[in-house]
Amino acid sequence: MTVAVLSGKGGTGKTFVSVNLAAVAKDAVYLDCDVEEPNGRLFLKPEQVTSSPVTVPLPAFDGEKCTGCRKCVEFCRFNALVFVKNRPMVFPEVCHSCGGCALVCPVHAVTETPRLVGTVEEGLSGGVRVVTGILNPGEVSAVPVIKNVLQKVAQDSGLAIVDCPPGSGCSVMESVSRADYCLLVAEPTAFGLHNFKMVHRLVRLLHKPCGVVINKASGEYSPLEQFCAETNTPVLLRIPYSTELAARTAAGEVAVRRDAAIAGTFRGLLNEIRKEACDEKTADSER
Amino acid sequence: MRKLLILSGKGGTGKTTAAAAFIRFAEARAFADCDVDAPNLHLVEKNLGEPECFDYLGSHKAVVDPEKCVNCGSCQAVCRFDAIGADEKSHFVNEFACEGCGVCAAVCPQGAISLRDDVAGEVRLYLGERVFATAELKMGRGNSGKLVAEVKSALLKNAPAADLAIIDGSPGIGCPVIASMSGVDLVLIVAEPSVSGISDLERILKTAAVFRTKAVVCVNKWDTSPEKTEAIERFCAENEIAYAGRIPYDAEASNAINAGKSVADIDCAASRALREVFDRVTGQLTGSTQ
Amino acid sequence: MKIAIPIEENKEAVCVSFGRAPYFLIHDTDTKTSEIKVNPAAEAEGGAGLKAAQFVVDAGADALITVRCGQNAADVFMAAGVKIYKALSTYANENLKAMAEGKLDELTSFHAGFHGKS
Repeated sequence: MTVAVLSGKGGTGKTFVSVNLAAVAKDAVYLDCDVEEPNGRLFLKPEQVTSSPVTVPLPAFDGEKCTGCRKCVEFCRFNALVFVKNRPMVFPEVCHSCGGCALVCPVHAVTETPRLVGTVEEGLSGGVRVVTGILNPGEVSAVPVIKNVLQKVAQDSGLAIVDCPPGSGCSVMESVSRADYCLLVAEPTAFGLHNFKMVHRLVRLLHKPCGVVINKASGEYSPLEQFCAETNTPVLLRIPYSTELAARTAAGEVAVRRDAAIAGTFRGLLNEIRKEACDEKTADSER
Repeated sequence: MRKLLILSGKGGTGKTTAAAAFIRFAEARAFADCDVDAPNLHLVEKNLGEPECFDYLGSHKAVVDPEKCVNCGSCQAVCRFDAIGADEKSHFVNEFACEGCGVCAAVCPQGAISLRDDVAGEVRLYLGERVFATAELKMGRGNSGKLVAEVKSALLKNAPAADLAIIDGSPGIGCPVIASMSGVDLVLIVAEPSVSGISDLERILKTAAVFRTKAVVCVNKWDTSPEKTEAIERFCAENEIAYAGRIPYDAEASNAINAGKSVADIDCAASRALREVFDRVTGQLTGSTQ
Repeated sequence: MKIAIPIEENKEAVCVSFGRAPYFLIHDTDTKTSEIKVNPAAEAEGGAGLKAAQFVVDAGADALITVRCGQNAADVFMAAGVKIYKALSTYANENLKAMAEGKLDELTSFHAGFHGKS
């Protein structure tokens, strides 16, 4: 089962929840798709780390073969190609690696060479296999790195927890694409609610079953509770704000590995998720 | 017009809270929310009247005409973005994954694929004595950098007389962040004193350096970890990065925001600390124009 | 020689943006004539600076006078041998005069690209 943990707003506790969920399961894979700021590894501190490059294809032009027809430059919708001094020139950060220029060249003067955009690291932390996507600073698109991270796990290989990026843009869409269940981490504040609604819409649009964890709760924030009730979104857990937990997290501790009570809470959460996801599966097959 | 951008690297450190406070302190007449993936500034900047709204056209999206499609699969074979699916009748494009490259349209032997304009979001411009530009990206869309550029350009076009523009940025280091950085005079990075916060601070600083943008750092919710706060202060000193001070964790700040107010509208430890940070940041801004 | 200048809607003032200027003025110093052409990159989705640079190169320009220019467009001009000068005044014709009098400096600092998103 693949569980994607997302939030809309940043800083609500996606990594806190995903890291602890993965750690409390007997044997799981933790996939860090927040490739712009991957932080799970700071908590899980994986060992025996191997890394592999993430590349995207970049066109290269053979000056000998090029006839100057400029079909490639005309074709490129991103304006990544400029024809200067009898040869097309490519601007890597603007290129989307669609392969169109190579396709339209009548004399096969275009070849593609790999361009490095990031790295994927794999390691072990206790019983958790940790897969981390890291985007190189200066690169605009996280999607190729996220795709690479998700490919490291076969579809049906036990429990996989996907730590998603904040927001509800294309990176989030990509991260959620293989999820069987979406866990939304909400912060009971006005900012939190606004962004939560955006990501909730996204998850519903993709027809993914979902449930909510309300994190850093201090008293009840009724607009959030109301929204969940009105949309029939189950609140699986409420975690109160705790300065001690905040301090431990700030220090990079995996709470379930230090505190039996918190471990119990997260085990309970995992069971709830399994139940919900199972109910959905049964409901689906009955439809 | 001088432009101050507020970034963080890590999400949830308090960019919008700081931006809203600064807007009050500066009595700013020009401000923008460039966190187009998850905009929040409008929740505390109220009483601005009705905005003018503009459709934001992102990239194009490919569309398959099911009448013409013969299900040959040529399009799916060349799509690099896994954006094409098929059912018994015809192939179809997943609008979220499609990047509008046009390769499928080029190979379709039936000419069944065309590229259409895609409304990928909306720009909202509040015009009055104070000009506020914000936007929201439709879900699943990319190209948020272009929308950010449109928000900034709407702000600059409509508030030419303002002498300071405050821009609330987005988390991360990718496309919307890079787009927001261009042409700004100073970036304030609101850091969180935690292992994650420090790692993200380093990455956003590296990104700012790639684009040669001047940066100054402050630490928010500093008392959640005095130890990590000191680590950040040492890091700034060692790397000659300007440091603007620290703000304590303050439940009053959250209460203010939940009530739709700027933290600067109330008197509390956080607002007092934010005022000091603001003074140091504006000092840096004037310094940079000398 | 041909000189290109990005200009505003009013067709007189120099536009502060290069890639998205509405028009380009192309002045031929030999024939002493000027043409105003629509900039095809003004509404481009992305890579506007690049598209505008392609346009300027194709127009046969030997020099460009501009307020600012992105790194990507600068790279195109460097490859094409087009010299870039910093605009001194608000009006295109004043800049052309200054150029003829050798008063313009070359533009040496370029801003980072908006990375295909502007």
